[in-house]
Amino acid sequence: MSDVLRYLALKVGRAVFVVWAAFTLTFVLLFVLPANPVDLLFDPAELNTITPKVREQVADSYGFNKPVLLQYLARLGHALTGDFGNSVQSGRGVTATIADVLPSTLVLASGALALALLVAFVIALVATSTRRAWVRNLVEALPSGAVSVPVFLSGILMLQIFSFQLGWFPAFGEGGARSLVLPVITLAIPVLGPIAQLLVRSFATEFRSGYVTTSWAKGATRSGIVVRDVFRNASLPALTIAGITFGNLIAGSVITETVFAREGIGRMTQAAINTLDVPLVQGIVVVVAATFAVINLIVDLIYPLLDPRLRASLAVGPPLAAGGGK
Amino acid sequence: MTVQLAAPARPGPAGPLVRRLGELAQQPFLVLSWVVVLLVIGWAVAPGLFTSYGPNSGDTAASFAPPGAEHWFGTDRLGRDLFARTVYGAHTTLTATLLAVLVAFGIGTVLGLIAGFGGGLVDTAVMRVVDVFLAIPSLLLAMVVVSVLGYSTQNIALAVGISSIASFARVMRAQVLSVVTQDYVKAAYGLGGGRLRVLVRHIVPNSLNSVIALAALEVGTAVLAVASLGFLGYGAPPPQPEWGLLVAEGRDYVAVHPWASIMPGLALALVVIATHRISTSYRKEHHR
Repeated sequence: MSDVLRYLALKVGRAVFVVWAAFTLTFVLLFVLPANPVDLLFDPAELNTITPKVREQVADSYGFNKPVLLQYLARLGHALTGDFGNSVQSGRGVTATIADVLPSTLVLASGALALALLVAFVIALVATSTRRAWVRNLVEALPSGAVSVPVFLSGILMLQIFSFQLGWFPAFGEGGARSLVLPVITLAIPVLGPIAQLLVRSFATEFRSGYVTTSWAKGATRSGIVVRDVFRNASLPALTIAGITFGNLIAGSVITETVFAREGIGRMTQAAINTLDVPLVQGIVVVVAATFAVINLIVDLIYPLLDPRLRASLAVGPPLAAGGGK
Repeated sequence: MTVQLAAPARPGPAGPLVRRLGELAQQPFLVLSWVVVLLVIGWAVAPGLFTSYGPNSGDTAASFAPPGAEHWFGTDRLGRDLFARTVYGAHTTLTATLLAVLVAFGIGTVLGLIAGFGGGLVDTAVMRVVDVFLAIPSLLLAMVVVSVLGYSTQNIALAVGISSIASFARVMRAQVLSVVTQDYVKAAYGLGGGRLRVLVRHIVPNSLNSVIALAALEVGTAVLAVASLGFLGYGAPPPQPEWGLLVAEGRDYVAVHPWASIMPGLALALVVIATHRISTSYRKEHHR
């Protein structure tokens, strides 16, 4: 039992470390490295008209006059209670600002993820179960094509074909489910690529394994084997790239939300970077890193439960740390 | 592989070369990919050879001409030839891509080497830092870095490079760890080789193969990242032709004049597909 506890403590410790380090990294990048952080708080066009006195006041209210270490500790302390300060642009709390647009991105991202998983599984199933080489080659080429097309291009093509030419879906805005269709498809394309590549590989590996030979010998059909044996055993590895998938969803949503003029975390990130809204940028990065850490933590914790082989090796004495765990 | 394609001009042993060309001929898509990549490198090096139009000279009377014999990609709002702008833009986009890959490759490889060869505390420290870089999606990290450095294509390149360091460090470390246990490394130590000598003569050369394969793959990813940041407006200022910016400029008129953003976008997609195809074949060849 103590082995399991150690495994747990190690993984949780790492997740906490990553979030803390993301906070520290963004603090250094956004608050320490810029020669004059106060300047970042103003519109560059109006910078020359601002008097030294106003600057002094602003610097004072943001705490830029205090030593860097004190600033850091103050910000870290607040961040621990979920307070990343106020957005420079709107003056509202960073946490509330993020919470406002989060649902919109969650809907978009979960829709895209569901569609991507569906298509990736269809690709892997077809590639494994077909007997025709050209079908397999064609289907296997799809995932690398999907990651090669820039998201902004597929978004614009979607808009052009299905919105402007055919008029099936609205081009912009958030008016109900119909306006969600094109953004979801656009975002699903880059996300499905890596998942499908992994599934195609693991389906092929499982298809050559011993228990499949046994099933053949017992008279099972090709499609029966793919559905009953391979599907169940080969799906699990898709969990291992959950982190990469999450990163793709975030990066894709920045572009997708920009192209379709949708409200959400992605578009807010772009706006925050454009206006150098430093507290908001830091809040977004930390929230994203925390989500990433939690997803990886969950995968690390439930993977051994789902895969009996790993559970067995964990009980024997696992390679706990990937690196120097001695 | 470029060398092999260019080789017929030079005298040399014909046997292996003929065999290589024969192998290539059986993979039409690979050949096509090389043609695309070499063509685009040609655009970047000598754009004047490929188009008679200038990138910034426009005739407003010919604004928004559709693609045709005179203007292959059509023209934009100011009547500038979009094919010419795409050809001239290749230089900006490809230079930025190259710089990004070099930054990621250089720093990532050294970090991975230090972690894998140093071991113990050094390894742990380096890899935890790498973890943090992996936890922030690379486009997001690149956006933050570019906002600190300032908007320019060069800074985009640096930002994209920095955001990809972590994956290079990871692969290099894994390679070093596996090479260190090989017999020839033990033999080199046994023959009286010092740590530094074994490192330089045996471990580094034998670890680099996978990292080079990753670099080939990274070229396609970096082109995409550079163009995405350009599309979002963090790169060169408007009159300059940069691929992402070309798509963004055309986007405002997409409802009426779709080709203005679709043609440069398609060129970009073709280049990425071609580099992915080439890197896949490289990986297959070296892991046979």
